[in-house]
Amino acid sequence: MSEDLKNETVETEDPQIVIKDLWKIYGRDPKRVLGKNLRTLSKDEVQKKTGCIIGMREINLEVKKGEFYILMGLSGSGKSTLVRNLIRLVNPTSGTIHINGENITKMNSEQLLHFRRKTFGMVFQHYGLLPHLTVLDNAAYGLKVKGLPKGERYAKAMQSLETVGLKGWEDYYPGSLSGGMQQRVGLARALANDPEILLMDEPFSGLDPLIRRQMQDELVELQDKLQKTIIFVTHDLHEALKLGDKIAIMRNGEVVQVGSPEEIVTQPNDDYVAEFVKDASPAKVLTASSIMDPAKVLLYAWEGPKTALTLLRKNNRKAAFVVDKSHKLLGVAKEKVIEKMIEEGHSKIPAESLMKVTSVTPDTILEDLFPIVTEHPFPIPVCNENGKFQGIVTTDHIFESISPVEEGESNG
Amino acid sequence: MVDFPEIVNIPLAKWIDKAMDWLLLNLDPFFDAIGFIILKVVLAFENLFLFIPWFVLIPLAGLAGWKLVGKKRSGVTFMILLFLVGSFGYWELAMRTLSLVIASVFFSLIIGIPLGIRMARSDRAQAIMKPMMDAMQTMPSFVYLIPALMFFGMGKVPAMFATIIYAVPPVIRLTNVGIRTVDKEAVEASKAFGATSRQVLFDVQLPLAKPSIMVGVNQTTMMALAMVVIGSMIGAKGLGMEVLLAINRIEVGRGFEAGLSIVFLAIIIDRITYSFSKTKDK
Ligand SMILES: Nc1ncnc2c1ncn2[C@@H]1O[C@H](COP(=O)(O)OP(=O)(O)O)[C@@H](O)[C@H]1O
Ligand SMILES: [Mg+2]
Repeated sequence: MSEDLKNETVETEDPQIVIKDLWKIYGRDPKRVLGKNLRTLSKDEVQKKTGCIIGMREINLEVKKGEFYILMGLSGSGKSTLVRNLIRLVNPTSGTIHINGENITKMNSEQLLHFRRKTFGMVFQHYGLLPHLTVLDNAAYGLKVKGLPKGERYAKAMQSLETVGLKGWEDYYPGSLSGGMQQRVGLARALANDPEILLMDEPFSGLDPLIRRQMQDELVELQDKLQKTIIFVTHDLHEALKLGDKIAIMRNGEVVQVGSPEEIVTQPNDDYVAEFVKDASPAKVLTASSIMDPAKVLLYAWEGPKTALTLLRKNNRKAAFVVDKSHKLLGVAKEKVIEKMIEEGHSKIPAESLMKVTSVTPDTILEDLFPIVTEHPFPIPVCNENGKFQGIVTTDHIFESISPVEEGESNG
Repeated sequence: MVDFPEIVNIPLAKWIDKAMDWLLLNLDPFFDAIGFIILKVVLAFENLFLFIPWFVLIPLAGLAGWKLVGKKRSGVTFMILLFLVGSFGYWELAMRTLSLVIASVFFSLIIGIPLGIRMARSDRAQAIMKPMMDAMQTMPSFVYLIPALMFFGMGKVPAMFATIIYAVPPVIRLTNVGIRTVDKEAVEASKAFGATSRQVLFDVQLPLAKPSIMVGVNQTTMMALAMVVIGSMIGAKGLGMEVLLAINRIEVGRGFEAGLSIVFLAIIIDRITYSFSKTKDK
């Protein structure tokens, strides 16, 4: 019960970043594009008529605290513009951005400096390091800007460098480091400030595929620990699917779809999004929770072995999963074992006598699920992080889910 | 031949003369003050270079060639060149010329670098200053001598005034270009961490623009040297005056020696200032 309540409060918490009707128009006299004659025209038409370029059009987004939020889209779709608006490296033409309830579009330059120092860390595609400073001084740069004394900022920077695996490189200059290592310095610099929100504009785009994958893995690990709000720009679908809790897809300055990785891949809003996700393997996005079924027969430990046996026989089963009162999975009970319990006179099904089974969490992706399912003769139970039974997955479920034609699509 | 109609004669020359008269009349104390400061600085440098004996300065130049330019051979070359200047009998005049150049460059940088920064930070400033500097650089150099003469009379000060004005554009231009071409993400990173515009300037823009600015310093110095030589026409003592005298008296040998001394100075100054623009990698 209390568990449920907690989950609910997390779900309904106010979003940390709220973007409302945000526009950015580059060029002279940009406001005129917002007039009612021009604002409905396409990006190309506006550019032809006025010479202004629409960087972002009517963006509405909400990002929750601790969310790993991906902005994805082709080059020129406005991803960098949007990220830079969040920290006002680019100022919006109209609209509002609230962060932690504060309207940052209204801030004066003094407030803005303070806000940037307190709230943000940013990582850039080409690292944006200062070549004349050592790795340590680079990592400590944000703290220096804040005015921290030397000892304190070096201590924090060292810690941060250690987090990204750069211990021992403090005295080198960025120019003598590989791309992957330079980006680690960039990340260390952002983390040293302990910011609430991390902005990352295509941080891994310049790296070799292998290094890139390694950095992604490490970022996932890091995020598990740190739980920052991350806005992450990429044009690589696989990166987006691997990292994101939520993905917003942009085209020509507009957000065309927002959703979980799974939603984006399985229910693309339009051809543009579909084209984007066409080579996404469902095995990488579909999760156990989306393909599982409720168990046909579920035995309750407190109801006792007799009821259990009746249930099994009625459904023609030889075994079934057993849960306790709080719906926690205890194990599998085979018919023979239950018969033995009745002989021994148990009034409840004792947990010790049940067969323990492998379970998976609801967010396990198909790719990881498949080997487990094929290895076991039983359906695989799906349990949440508290061990509560949610449903079952079988090989049939998996094959159904990755078969190419989906009924829902042709009907819808 | 058809004469140009006299009726459309625009009296630009007259207007400029009027403006000069007005400036002279009203801003005299101002020019006096400027002249005073310029004189003080150049005298300080002169005293310094005339005080250092040749047998100290020549090894110093050798050391500069070795340590700054990076080759022992440059150091040796510098020492030989300076020794030759001395052996022509032009040591003192060379030191006077050097002082004029260094003092002029000093002022050019004080004026030029802030203007270059200003220009880099505002497109409007750039739009205004760019054509002005183009004009300044195409103007024949001795034209600058005329207003300098009017404001300051004859001597070192007007020569330096003309030199400062003539030599300042390259450092402005290259400071501007240097700052504008600094890695955009490095600047954004600095701002993203909440740096003030002052912090962005001193932490990022100036350090990263340094090689470019130093090329500007080098060009400004070379132009200053050229102008100081011309400045001897209005009475700045130095190697230039020797050349001028040699021309008047048609003494080819003497002119050649003085001219060669200028070239030697130029080589040394050029190599040393140019070495500043090379970033030494660790
Ligand atoms: N400073 C600028 N001046 C004019 N147009 C710009 C500027 N920055 C970006 N744009 C334009 O805005 C659009 C979005 O750019 P950007 O946000 O960089 O896209 P992305 O990061 O998705 O590649 C593009 O059409 C781009 O040409
Ligand atoms: Mg971009």
